[in-house]
Amino acid sequence: MDPLTLSRIQFAANISFHILFPSITIGLGWLLVFFKLRFLATRAPHWMELYFFFTKIFALSFSLGVVSGVTMSFQFGTNWPGYMNTVGNIAGPLLAYEVLNAFFLEATFLGIMLFAFRRVKPWVHTGATILVAFGTTMSAFWILALNSWMHTPAGYTMIDGVAHAVDWVAIVFNPSMPYRFAHTLLASGLTVAFLTAGLLAYRALRGDRGAAVATGLRCAITLGAVLLPLQVLVGDLHGVNTRDYQPQKLAAMEALWESTHGAPMTLFALPDETTRTSRYALEIPKLGSLLITRDPNGYVQGLNEFPGLHPPVAPVFWSFRVMIGTGLAMGLVSWAGLVWLWRRRDFPRLYSRILVAMTFSGWVATLSGWYVTEIGRQPWLVQGVLKARDAVSAVPGTQVATTLAAYLLAYVGLLAAYIASLFYLARKESDSSGATKGAHP
Amino acid sequence: MIHDLVQSGQWLPFAFALLIGVSMLLYAILDGYDLGVGLLSRFARGAERDRMIASIGPFWDANETWLVLGVGLLLVAFPRAHGDILTHLYLPVSGMILGLIFRGVSFDFRKKVPPDQQPRWNAAFFWGSLIVTLSQGYMVGRFMIGFQEGVASQLYAVCFALLVTSGYALMGSCWLILKCEHDLQRRAIRWARIAIWLMALGAVLTSLTAPFVNTRIYDRMLAFPEVTLLLALPLVSVMLTVIMHVLLGALPLPGDRLAWLPFALAVMIFVLGFVGLVYSFYPYIIPGRLRIVDAASAPESLRLILWGTAVVMPVLAGYTVFAYRVFKGKAHDLSYD
Ligand code: HDD
Ligand code: HEM
Ligand code: HEM
Repeated sequence: MDPLTLSRIQFAANISFHILFPSITIGLGWLLVFFKLRFLATRAPHWMELYFFFTKIFALSFSLGVVSGVTMSFQFGTNWPGYMNTVGNIAGPLLAYEVLNAFFLEATFLGIMLFAFRRVKPWVHTGATILVAFGTTMSAFWILALNSWMHTPAGYTMIDGVAHAVDWVAIVFNPSMPYRFAHTLLASGLTVAFLTAGLLAYRALRGDRGAAVATGLRCAITLGAVLLPLQVLVGDLHGVNTRDYQPQKLAAMEALWESTHGAPMTLFALPDETTRTSRYALEIPKLGSLLITRDPNGYVQGLNEFPGLHPPVAPVFWSFRVMIGTGLAMGLVSWAGLVWLWRRRDFPRLYSRILVAMTFSGWVATLSGWYVTEIGRQPWLVQGVLKARDAVSAVPGTQVATTLAAYLLAYVGLLAAYIASLFYLARKESDSSGATKGAHP
Repeated sequence: MIHDLVQSGQWLPFAFALLIGVSMLLYAILDGYDLGVGLLSRFARGAERDRMIASIGPFWDANETWLVLGVGLLLVAFPRAHGDILTHLYLPVSGMILGLIFRGVSFDFRKKVPPDQQPRWNAAFFWGSLIVTLSQGYMVGRFMIGFQEGVASQLYAVCFALLVTSGYALMGSCWLILKCEHDLQRRAIRWARIAIWLMALGAVLTSLTAPFVNTRIYDRMLAFPEVTLLLALPLVSVMLTVIMHVLLGALPLPGDRLAWLPFALAVMIFVLGFVGLVYSFYPYIIPGRLRIVDAASAPESLRLILWGTAVVMPVLAGYTVFAYRVFKGKAHDLSYD
């Protein structure tokens, strides 16, 4: 394989691995703040039990996020030198600000948050927890400002083929940034809602009937049920924004080969790029136009308007459906949970098993969402400014292949260890708390 | 003239070169001690190893962030140098990253997996740390001679790997002398005595191989009249090494007096070594290949970062000091509650 393809796969593998952990820590940091504040307000010990249990999971996720993030910070130089040569004047300051006002903050206060519970005053410890959560959110803010700028560049001019900054406010708050930031934060909240629900349901299935499990489940399910409609709303607005700035991506998401008025919404199809048709299409008439243009007969641009400049259709089309499908499943499950919560009944075992099965559903939706976004930007690296093939490094393909294999091996091993550890921690916790409370019927 | 320099923004690249240098030096010192503890963890047992790792647990993440900052600033200020360096060092960089990955996650995994799997993560912690220190040393060696090819060049880089690894082991053992007590402290003193001589050996080997590889370094070092001033660097280093040796023989003193001194001396040796290295290739950003003035990015972006840095640095220093004060004194076992 050529170095370009290999570099792409390697970059995609590394960022996909990295995003798994921030997508947990961003939301979990704030959930820990919530647990701590509830404890301070009520003094009920189960809030602290929840805090300490999920602190372990936070710490493990954070360390994986850090090491995979360090990998990312080398990726630009090792695999995409052309990227920095062209847009370094924009990307540089954004990355630098991320390091300066997010990474140091979270890294320093994480030590205090994790290990200084008995060493500092309670408010200092709470403050450290808040600063860590704030730091992770700031990381997301800066990196998403950069990522969004690559999709909807603004506030710059090109001089001799190099981008120069003109207006930093326009660069940071570029057109897709607010949507992407909101959508990603909500995604993290949902990921965490289902992660906590899954682990606590697992403990419940193992007979842990402590107050921590019941309370935690209630929080997690409510969180999921509240965030999901917000996510659908923001996702819809994000799609409208994409229509305005990256119509070729939207056309690929819908596998819309020709521009039309009154475009249908496609539920299922097998898009085929060689014949430029979709087979076995299952469509709802007019709904596509209605969602995209707010008018059932609205005009939607098709792929025919972007010859040679649109992304590969099938992966974008399918990733989009996986994200939406997972989102719908999350909605069904969390709302069903509300019914039992409402009636103050125990969850049926089948429901708990479903929650366990959906522990990592947030990862599925988040990854597929990112694939829509990133593959949908192809062939551009920076929309309208730089193509991926012009940014690749001169490192020989064999070297990239070697390191790619090593990374993949490491990632598979670490992912297996991570997932096994989460469930092991849950088992250990339920054994020890079940023993102390003896609440088993 | 100074006015012109300020006006034209030509001082910016130099300010950034300084910032990158400071970040890298801080990185070598700070991550140096925790990487060093990683190397030494192999030679400790059960509870001792836990205590050693507890002494760096709250700090390692922030320490590693200096590397991210250094590399980030290089990327920002000198994109051409960044690309050139990282593509030349592609394989060792990837090795280092894998080392950093395994070592970084071991902190958490070793305490969160079932007890029978703990040895696996202890091993990952040691081997990860070793790969990181060796590859960093090797990379500095390759960098120093402008990525020149050939057997002698490779040998030179390997000597550098030895030098840096033993330097980190020295930092690590001095940190343990400061943060530990009783038996473990005594063992750390023994480790430090071995490490300092390994480091001296590494320094001699690199100095001896250097002229065969590349005369530029020596031309630079031996040019008159700087040579008189520069002679001070190795002389003071030798002196510090001897003082360290004597001191280590005398430690531990009653009441734990001077337990901080080895660490301070090790820091001084690192600073001197670093200044020497940088001097030997200044004003190049990549020795013999690319000069600082020729590699910089657009001034408006650099100014923005410099302002940000100027504002953030004092705050950063403030909360770093705060964190070290929270965990001051001898290390005890870490727990979340
Ligand atoms: C838990 C995760 C999750 C869930 C349930 C959803 N999304 Fe999403 N989606 C993401 C997580 C995500 C993401 C990973 O965070 C992405 C990638 C980049 C971004 O901004 O958000 C994304 C991208 C993304 C994009 C691409 C934007 C672009 O790059 O141009 C659109 C149009 C939507 N989403 C729309 C939706 C809709 C209509 C949803 C309703 C069910 C939805 N998403 C559910
Ligand atoms: C927010 C910061 C991000 C930045 C700055 C970024 C930047 C990039 C760059 C430089 C490339 C390589 C060039 C290319 O092939 O187009 C790329 C491609 C890619 N990224 Fe991202 N990315 C970010 C986030 C993500 C996330 C979170 C994911 C997924 C989990 C992701 C998934 C991908 C994929 C799958 C590709 C390959 C697309 C292809 O080549 O077909 N990206 N992105
Ligand atoms: C090309 C893209 C990226 C680069 C270069 C990058 C770099 C890094 C680095 C170096 C760290 C470790 C910081 C530390 O030492 O504490 C990190 C952590 C983090 N990153 Fe990324 N990252 C990228 C993409 C993303 C994306 C897409 C997101 C989220 C939307 C994200 C969010 C975070 C967060 C929240 C953390 C801190 C928490 C954690 O480590 O889990 N990053 N990143």
